[in-house]
Formats: sequence, structure tokens, C-alpha cells
Amino acid sequence: MQTLQKRAVKTFAASAALTLGLVGCASTAEVEAPATDDGAPAASETLSGSVEVFSWWTGGGEEAGLNALIEIFNAEYPDIEFINGAVAGGAGTNARAVLATRLEASDPPDSFQGHAGAELMDYITAGQLEDLSFLYDEQGWVSVMPDTLLPLITVDGAIYSVPVNIHRSNVMWANPSVLADNNIEMPATWDDFFVAAEILDAAGIIPLALGEQWTQLHLFETVLLGELGTSAYNGLWDGSTDWAGADVTAAVETFARVLEYTNSDAASLAWQDASQLVINGDAAFNIMGDWAEGFFRVDNSLVEQEGYTWAASPGTEGTFQFLSDSFTLPKDAANRDQAIAWLTVAGSAVGQDAFNVQKGSIPARSDADRAIYPPYLQSAMDDWASNEVAGSLTHGVTASNAWKADIDTALGLFLGTKDVAAFQAAMVTAAG
Amino acid sequence: MKKVLRRHWPALTLLAPSLILLGVFVYGFIGVNIQISLTDEQGLNADANFIGFDNYIALMSDPRFHIDVWNTAVFSVAFIGVSLFLGLGLAILLDQKMRGEGFFRSVFLLPMAVSFIVTGVVWRWLMNPAEGSRMSGLNLLFDSLGLDFLINQWHLTPTWGMLGIALPAIWQMSGYTMALFLAGLRSVPEEVKEAARMDGASELGIYTRIILPMIRPVALSAIVILGHISLKVFDLIIAIAGKQIALDVPAIYMWQTTFDAYNFARGATLATYILISVAVFVIPYLIFTTRKEKV
Repeated sequence: MQTLQKRAVKTFAASAALTLGLVGCASTAEVEAPATDDGAPAASETLSGSVEVFSWWTGGGEEAGLNALIEIFNAEYPDIEFINGAVAGGAGTNARAVLATRLEASDPPDSFQGHAGAELMDYITAGQLEDLSFLYDEQGWVSVMPDTLLPLITVDGAIYSVPVNIHRSNVMWANPSVLADNNIEMPATWDDFFVAAEILDAAGIIPLALGEQWTQLHLFETVLLGELGTSAYNGLWDGSTDWAGADVTAAVETFARVLEYTNSDAASLAWQDASQLVINGDAAFNIMGDWAEGFFRVDNSLVEQEGYTWAASPGTEGTFQFLSDSFTLPKDAANRDQAIAWLTVAGSAVGQDAFNVQKGSIPARSDADRAIYPPYLQSAMDDWASNEVAGSLTHGVTASNAWKADIDTALGLFLGTKDVAAFQAAMVTAAG
Repeated sequence: MKKVLRRHWPALTLLAPSLILLGVFVYGFIGVNIQISLTDEQGLNADANFIGFDNYIALMSDPRFHIDVWNTAVFSVAFIGVSLFLGLGLAILLDQKMRGEGFFRSVFLLPMAVSFIVTGVVWRWLMNPAEGSRMSGLNLLFDSLGLDFLINQWHLTPTWGMLGIALPAIWQMSGYTMALFLAGLRSVPEEVKEAARMDGASELGIYTRIILPMIRPVALSAIVILGHISLKVFDLIIAIAGKQIALDVPAIYMWQTTFDAYNFARGATLATYILISVAVFVIPYLIFTTRKEKV
């Protein structure tokens, strides 16, 4: 409750400062709020100028989360003008195209959004990002971010981004009444799923709802994780697991078999359409990241365990396959100090709580205010704190953009040919 | 030389800005693009080494590119063929001096005013391939009319999916083709037709022996216009199906490999390929028309 009150005071102070132009007020209001969390450098209070932050958050909970974060930033740094450089469309593919041209032209935004992990490798090898280790030391983030996360975003001893949230990708969603009607439980393994799928198939229900190609890549990564196990899956990305191995073949064969139990019109559906099939009872299961939870709970006003239920995807109990949105500091940013101020807010406990409650994800920090999150996210926070961690391929953690694109192409070809050997061979080539 | 300059300097001065802009922003960039396609440039700010035609050779054995070429071929043949056929048919019907010609002309021409993105979104709904109780769009229409045999997977049909993409393109462009043919038909002098009738030619004979040969240049223009649209098709597919390999074409591959994977060399190679394939269409046409104008 304490924090909620603080938040209310702060939000009020922030809006008052903005609307009335009472700049002095904001800094007094600030004294109590963030002092506990990270002790921002005193000098930054006097920072002015502007900061351009580039993202692809332009709608729904994402935009609401960004706005909540901006509000806190404005309250903390009232003299810095925040320029929202968001580019809409395509889970960031449009934004990345714009970003690539700006980086090529040496005109970077002051900070830009990117999935934490290997997706940033292109920028790192091109020498376009600053090492943020100094900020992690200064703000004490090393001690509040999980030990499982840091190695996955550290490159040669340097950390290049500040994660603001964590999403889970290995979640299987289900319609509880469909399960009850057919006497089915959440499958713990893919073999369990196949047994359930036969029953559902006979009852005229789609066993697993599936959407367009990227959701199929998403399904594929969870099947790989479930069939290989966490350490072998993680080994795929650092070279310690052989892509040509028999266990990968078996996983691809399982994937091919899973596809037989999906809707025939998958390629014409967005992920929301696939979730809708589960909501309507046309399908029993769906595998999607936990942003789907907001779609069930907020967009469709469903109650958890009545309208929808969830479990770790088959074979992945005890493993948290994650993805994370993060912000970076490009080299030669026009407003470096202001960008650091933005990153400080993005990495603070107050900032992460404000952002994630809106976005429907959990904070990367482990000291968040658990009480303000809905039940699903609380369970995700527990898992995040206790589970083994694996990275998501589809969402930029494990493989560079080029590698991911090669696997995506191989998957696309596989969907047409269903040729397991060719698919695996293409993935071996892509890894080489 | 001096004389030429003195005589033409006003024209040259007026043309200079557009010539310079075209030179830099069209031909200059084509040059840069070809240059990149001959290197191994990958990743941001990466070093690029000259590797000759390796990218082009690699593309020839790229299974995704094979799908692209197949898809483009299927799309082009269906789109150009059916559009020409429908366009000519509609033009001949409208040419019968019927009443309300202006109205029908506008009706058929109007789809052209819609952008491919809008057409794509509408047809994405119409061509919904869902089955059973979730059936909708055209399949639902067929179902309720008892025409079950017509129900199909549309653009998700394996191998031939591009025929489904060609449908909206035909819907959109056959009216335009009709307008081209109609203008051609109207340019055939009435005297020629009269003379043929006097000689006892049938109406069908007049069309096949006299009118169609006379409007061959119009058909050629139509093929070139439709051809370059079909070889560069991008927005329509994105609106209907997004980026999925089954309905991949060179333009989508180029976009993905350039901006998602930062493989600039391969992107430039694909761009050059698209340019060449369009040039194969357009350049003979340009030579043909300039030659004719000189005569």
C-alpha cells in the first residue's frame, strides 16, 4: 500500500508540474519517492535539453506502459524534453528498418529499444553501442537483476542494454471447459499432448491453435526446449549442442507431428486469432508468450482458471524461456547525459513497476512490488525467481538477426515440404 | 558543339535539374546497389570486400529463391493472362455502342483507384480458409449456395497459392486493362470496319482479322504495364498473408534479408535481380516505341 500511495502522490505531482508549469514542485515530490531505489546522481536533477527514445510501442498495453514510464521520467527530470520516437508495426520489424538506416547514417536516437540478448549483436559488433557496465555498478543493478539473466545479456564482460521487462515464451494456454468436457489435463510432455490430441480430434476440436509463420517459429522453439531439455537447448546457441544430433532430429519430428494437430488455416491467423480459437472453445490449447494473458484477461474480460488456464509448455516445467525488452545507449548519442537519465529511470524499481503493470509483463528486477501485479504475473514472478532460464529464439535472445532469419526461412520451407532432413541440414548450415 | 549549345541552352537549362536529380537518385543509386551486390557486405557498418558474382551464383541454388521465382511466374502468368482476357472482353462489350457505357466504364475502372493494401485486406477476409463452423467469406457464400465443390484454401493452397493472390490483383487491374483496350478499339477507323463489312466479312472475322491486329501495340503496352506490376508485387501479398515463405516473392525476400537480417549484399543482389527481370520486359518495349516514333 505504501508504494501505491507514493505512486499516487508522485503521479499527481508530475501532472501538476506539467500542467501548471511548477517545475520546482516536481523536485520536492521526488525527494521521497525514488530515493530508496537507486539514489540517482544529484547533478542529473539539473539536466535539461531533450532525449529521443526510439521504440515500437505504439498501441495497447505497450504504449500504456511506455507512457507510464515517460510520466515518471518527466517527474524526475522535468527540464528534459522527452521525444517519443516510436515507429509502429510488425513487432518491431518496421522500427528496425528505420533504425538500421539511421545507424548507417550515424544519426542514432539517444536510446533505442531492442530485445535483450543476441539480437543486439549486430549493433555490438558494429561498435554502435556503449558498454553500460558502469551504470550497472553505479545503480547497483548487478545485485537486483537475477543471476540467471545477467550471463545471457553479457558479451565479453560488457552489458549493452537495460532490460525493463521479462516475458515468458514457453506458456501453454488452454480452455478449462474444453479440458473438463473431454477429461483432459494440461499435458506435461508432448507424448501426453498427443494422447490428448487424439481425443480432441475425435471430438471435432482443434487440439492446438496456431497462427502465422512467426507463431510457428515460436511453437518450434518451445518444442525444441521441451524435447532437448534446458541445458541442451541453451547449448544449441553456444555451440555445445550439435544441431546435427539425433536428439534434434527427434525434436523436429515431434514438431512435425504437433503440426498435424493444428488448424489448417494457421497461416491466415494473427496470434490473437489463434488465442480467440481457444477462448471460443474451437481449440483446446495454444502456445504463445505470456502477452496472451493480457488478451485473455483484459481484452476478453475472462477470469483466470474459468475462462483460461495455463501451464509451462510440454516438457518445460521448471524452465523459464524468456525474452526481454531493453534500452540501449548508442555511441555518439547527441544527448548522452539525458539518455543515461532515461536508462536510470527505465532500470529503477519504480519505473519497472509502473511499466510492467501496464504492459502485462514482469520486471527484470527481483525487488518489485509483487502485490500490484495480477495473479498470472505473480506466478510468473515466482517462476522467474526459482526456475532455470533459457532464451527465446523468436524474440531475439539466443541468435543474431541473421541466424534467426536463416532458421525462419528454413522453417518456412519446411512448412511447405515437411522434409525433416532438409530442415535440420539448413539449421546446421545456419549455425555454422 | 558550340552551335548546338547556343541553340539548345534554354532547353538544357530547364532540363538540367531533373536530369541531375534523376542521374543521382535513380541511376546513381542503381549503380551503388549493383556495386553492393558484388560485395559480401553483411551487418551494420561492416567491411565489404569485392567478391564478384558470388552472390548471384549463391542465389541460383537458394531454395527460397526457387520458391520466389515459381511464385512470381505463377502470379504473372495468371495475373497478366486473365487481366488481358477480361480487359479485352469487357472492352469489346462496351464498344458495342450500348447505353450507359460511361456508367459501366466507371464501374469497371473504379477498383484501380483503391490501393493494393486496401484490396489486400478486404480479400484477406473474403478468402478466409477456415473450415466448418468458423467458415466465412467466399467459402461461406459457396457453402450457403450449395456450391461446396468451389470451397478451397485460396492463397493457402500448397504450391499454387499465388493464384489466390492473383485474384484480387485481377479484380483490381482488369478494369484498367479494359480502359486501355477501349481506347485502342476507338482508335480503329470506322471506315476500315465499314470496308470489311462491304466485303462480306463476319463481325467475328472483323475482330480477329482486322481490329485485334490493329490494336496489338495497345496489348503490348498493357502487357508491359501489368508485367512490371506483377514482377514487383509486394504490398498486396503483405496485406493478405504477411511475410510467410509459402507466398514469398523476391521483393519480400529482399526486404527481410536486408532489414531483418542485415544481409545487405544479398538484399542488393535481389534488388538487381528484380530490376533486370523488369528491364527484360520494359527495354524491348521502349526500343520498339522509340523506333516507331522516329518513323
